[in-house]
Amino acid sequence: MNRELLRYVATRFGQLLVVVFVAVSVNFIIPRMLPGDPVQTALARLQASGGAGNVDIQAVSAAYRARYGLDAPIWQQYINYWGDLLTLDLGVSFANFPEKVSTMIASALPWSVTLLAVATLIAFSVGSLLGARLAWPTAGRGIKSIVPFLMILTSIPFYLLAIILIYFFAVVLKWLPPAGGVDTTRIMRLDWATTEDILRHAFLPCMAIVLGNVGFWALGMRSQMVNVLGEDYITFAEAKGLHPNRIFVWYGMRNALLAQVTALALSLGSVVSGAVLVEVIFNYPGLGSLLYVAIRGQDYFVIQGVVLMLIVSLAVLLFIVDLLYPLLDPRIRR
Amino acid sequence: MNRFWANLKRNYEQGRISPLLIVGLSILLAIVLFGLIGPFFTDVTHAQVGAVRPRKPPGPDYLLGTDSQGRDMWTLLIYATPNTLKMGLIAGFIGVGFGTALGLIAGQFGGWIDAVIRVISDSLLTVPAIAILVIIAGNIDRMTTFVMALVVASLGWMFTARTVRAQVLTIREKAYVEVARVNGEGAWEILFREVMPNIMPYIVASFVGTVSGSILAVIGLEALGLGALEEMTLGNTIYWSQQSAAVLRGYWWWWAPPIVVIAMIFIGLFLTSVGFDRFANPRLARR
Repeated sequence: MNRELLRYVATRFGQLLVVVFVAVSVNFIIPRMLPGDPVQTALARLQASGGAGNVDIQAVSAAYRARYGLDAPIWQQYINYWGDLLTLDLGVSFANFPEKVSTMIASALPWSVTLLAVATLIAFSVGSLLGARLAWPTAGRGIKSIVPFLMILTSIPFYLLAIILIYFFAVVLKWLPPAGGVDTTRIMRLDWATTEDILRHAFLPCMAIVLGNVGFWALGMRSQMVNVLGEDYITFAEAKGLHPNRIFVWYGMRNALLAQVTALALSLGSVVSGAVLVEVIFNYPGLGSLLYVAIRGQDYFVIQGVVLMLIVSLAVLLFIVDLLYPLLDPRIRR
Repeated sequence: MNRFWANLKRNYEQGRISPLLIVGLSILLAIVLFGLIGPFFTDVTHAQVGAVRPRKPPGPDYLLGTDSQGRDMWTLLIYATPNTLKMGLIAGFIGVGFGTALGLIAGQFGGWIDAVIRVISDSLLTVPAIAILVIIAGNIDRMTTFVMALVVASLGWMFTARTVRAQVLTIREKAYVEVARVNGEGAWEILFREVMPNIMPYIVASFVGTVSGSILAVIGLEALGLGALEEMTLGNTIYWSQQSAAVLRGYWWWWAPPIVVIAMIFIGLFLTSVGFDRFANPRLARR
């Protein structure tokens, strides 16, 4: 490894640390800026909203007080907080006392990750291919006429697309289920029936995310391709008599994709934000719905846990993308 | 005034004012007028809970039907739209103002200040905004539309800061800045007399983007039930329709109109920003 590359990796790692630090600190500081202590406030609100059920508030409160040392000075609390996080202790749910927040997150995470990964991958590849075709000089009028639709789709938030999709495909046509991750009566097994059920439930949420994103990738790719096709090396490749398809893929798309990958890294945050809301609309059993239920029930430690999980896992993912980037763009490796 | 029109006409003939910009601005203008003129023809009390008969489909009595809390949807829409736009504009002004200040400082002074601002803004750009906003909004006791705009603005400055910083760095190297420096202008004079006027187009462009992003975030938070629930906004309308399962029960007139207005706002802002890019960058116009 040379110094240039080392510097690059170090900068990116620094960014990862900043994100994690900001996320943890925001999570720690904001609840404590309010009068009273966080457990007191959270429990009072829980009580007021009637969400506590038959939980013994005093016992919970005392347990938390002792457990998190809320009478200790603030800097010590902050250090304790970090210690808990590093041992993956995210606290205990108020509403489902005494279930651990980490357990709840662990059961929701696979749903979210799969949905988001598949949808983003489809949107990214379909959009990029479409955008590249749009930029090609021989693109026909037919394909060009979809540009306005792409623009409209890009500008509508995709959780609103989700509502429209539910209405047409689940309420009017009744082709697909309107909500949930699987049939409520289904016993989860590793067989075709279960898989089909999961796929049927995942289709509409996935479509909402894909439709909402595909235009962004197509329009981005189109403008990148237009730039790349103006470069001298394309003219040179044409002059050499290379086959147009070869120029299109290896000289055009390959270079235009670099900017797309950068955009992917930058836009994942907003994609995740949107996907959280899509899950809420579909009542999909992922992190988004967990967050929504926790907000509704003022389940403080669950909210904190999910938020932290979202931020940190995305930061780690971006770090990995950043590490892969030099493989795509040899100029960074130099 | 004549010169203004002449300028406008020349720009249009040179192709700098694209149809996209005109369409985008017209859509936005129409939405603003809808919210400004509408109240003169409607009675605000019809948008209060229980004012009219609930769950009526659109008809001669109720133009867009009524929701299950007994509110007239048409009236609700007229009062909700300006509130949502207002939040976007306030958040846009604050976010862009703060971002511009940070971008100027980072670009002009460089060094460790620049490094700190750059790392923080780059890092925050990649964070899913909703996660941090949920924590902030969830801890506010009495939410109002103004506080909501402040909350959203807290994560609405990074893009502007980045753009402004990059532009300052480019412009600083231009010959006319060098001339100004040799003529004895100080750092602040250069910043405000030479650099600022040249980055104005970029600031306006980021403003459009920031307003759009802020409205998106506001509606998202409201859809989660974290908004100022007693105020009439488009996001709250979506939230209440979700709470009453309006989609599954087939009350399309409850959720479809706010979605259409929201979509129009975003399409208008999107076209304006694309069109404005061509206005500010004449090189793009020729393509």
